[in-house]
Amino acid sequence: MSNTPVDNGRRRFLTVTTSVVGAVGAVGAAVPFVASWNPSTRAKAAGADVQQDISKLEPGQLISVKWRSKPVWIVRRTPDILSELENNTDLLSDPESQEDQQPEFARNTFRSLKDEYLVLVGICTHLGCSPKFLKDGDFAKQAEVEGVNNGFFCPCHGSKFDMAGRVFKGVPAPSNLQVPPYMFLDDNTILIGSSEENA
Amino acid sequence: MWKNLLEWIEYRLPLQRVANMHAIQYPAPKNMNFWYVFGFLATIVLVNQILTGIWLTMNYVPSAEGAFASVEYIMREVEYGDVIRYMHSTGASAFFVVVYLHMFRGMIYGSYQKPRELLWLFGMFIYLALMAEAFMGYVLPWGQMSYWGAQVIVSLFGAIPVVGPDLVVWLQGDYVISGATLNRFFALHVIALPLVIVILVFLHIVALHEVGSNNPDGIAIKHPKGSLSEDEKTKWKIHEYYTDKYDIADDVIPFFPHIVLKDLVAFCVFLFAFCYIVFYAPEMGGKFLEHPNFEIANPFKTPEHIFPVWYFTPFYAILKAVPHKLAGVIMMFLAIILLALLPWIDRGKVKSWRYRCGLHKVNLIVFAVVFIFLGYLGGTPQAEWKIVASQIATVMYVMFFVLLFIYSKNEKTKPVPERISK
Repeated sequence: MSNTPVDNGRRRFLTVTTSVVGAVGAVGAAVPFVASWNPSTRAKAAGADVQQDISKLEPGQLISVKWRSKPVWIVRRTPDILSELENNTDLLSDPESQEDQQPEFARNTFRSLKDEYLVLVGICTHLGCSPKFLKDGDFAKQAEVEGVNNGFFCPCHGSKFDMAGRVFKGVPAPSNLQVPPYMFLDDNTILIGSSEENA
Repeated sequence: MWKNLLEWIEYRLPLQRVANMHAIQYPAPKNMNFWYVFGFLATIVLVNQILTGIWLTMNYVPSAEGAFASVEYIMREVEYGDVIRYMHSTGASAFFVVVYLHMFRGMIYGSYQKPRELLWLFGMFIYLALMAEAFMGYVLPWGQMSYWGAQVIVSLFGAIPVVGPDLVVWLQGDYVISGATLNRFFALHVIALPLVIVILVFLHIVALHEVGSNNPDGIAIKHPKGSLSEDEKTKWKIHEYYTDKYDIADDVIPFFPHIVLKDLVAFCVFLFAFCYIVFYAPEMGGKFLEHPNFEIANPFKTPEHIFPVWYFTPFYAILKAVPHKLAGVIMMFLAIILLALLPWIDRGKVKSWRYRCGLHKVNLIVFAVVFIFLGYLGGTPQAEWKIVASQIATVMYVMFFVLLFIYSKNEKTKPVPERISK
């Protein structure tokens, strides 16, 4: 036994294979520790995507959906409202949506996937109140903005947003209202929480 | 009897040997000045943080629902709870004060140069671990600045291409900063990172004692075996571990009790400042404890200005100076990596600034001023001029390293004395 010559090739083979098996085992053992940092089932359920049927939404109507404990607004905008958005840009502080308050797909004039439907997180970017939806001239009256008939007005500190959630100049809110990720599953169903660009 | 007991122990545990090697017979350069007290002070602060931290966990509740109220409870109802908490919060700032001074000491006396590169790297790792520890600790009271500070820092990881957004969710354990995030930060702050820091400090000291302490003249005290005459060798009893390998010049004194006594004087001075802050100015005008943090975390209400605590603000200013988010994050980490690479960026052979060129002295002082100025820019409300100022300061920060790399190659230095005492 002690006189057997050492077979270095065999030794190396055993060393390498043992190390590889050991390393695989170590990686396997790390899985529970790494995976345990993922959101728990409860957190996932609370943060799940929300589906909403929009077939019964009237032009000019707003519905509010709860997503990740925040109100999300869906508004069906009329052609009047849309034309208003193209003419009020002088009054806004970030009309081109430079700041990252929306997914890439909503970095356009109407800040939406389809011009007709506006989807917004209904929380004022100032101090977290929920602004009021004012339409048909009420916005011009209450928010005192001449020539803009529709918009969102925050009752807490008077911040004003247009019908694309863009903030007006000279109000306390620093940035546009947030657009959540969303996508259309079909013409009548909207899914809030996922978008095609990050799906 | 006593002697027998010591012998009995020594046979089984090298108590006396370690005490001799690392304290009683450890050769310390005799010209160490006040710049050399900050390592000792950092150790004292570390002990303070561990002790007060353990006491705080006895009443702290790590949950989104209970955290803020439990901190109020500690402050108002636990006996001496406010003192213990203020010792902990002041200790966090004190830690960074002494660590920054300790690092600057290393820079002016060239303590990072060969053969102390690894010692410097361990120090940088301690610094990084300390920043993570401080950041997570600041989240625990679950006030407004805890929440929004965490929001800003965690979202930095979102700037990483492809994996960024998923990484943020994984770090948070939720789709937003939530109780899950708070709980894991608590675990890391109380168990994981303190262990890492203590181990790194141990390695830092082991590496220090292996290569030996530097000194304000940057002159070696260990000489090749046989190169010194008996007259030139130290008369103090130095441990064989050092004398077997080197001739130790008559430039040293034993670490214990001489250096320790000097450190204790510094400790007394430090205590005056520390106690004054703990008892009379624990918030330090909103710099140590920021005022928005006296309000409970509210995900729907963004504070008007979000700043990290003062010790992060130089890097926060660098982050904000770069208009592109990912580039800003990279620049911020680069600022720290450049510091870690100092032993290789500095190609000079002379250690101490006392014997280096005038440009080096100016460069070091400008760097220190720029660092403080960046701290000011990152810790005060945004203004138009500050954006440009922080961009200029960021360039100047990097220029310190670029200039050092260039002039250190063929630097005109003064002659370095062979011995400290001559």
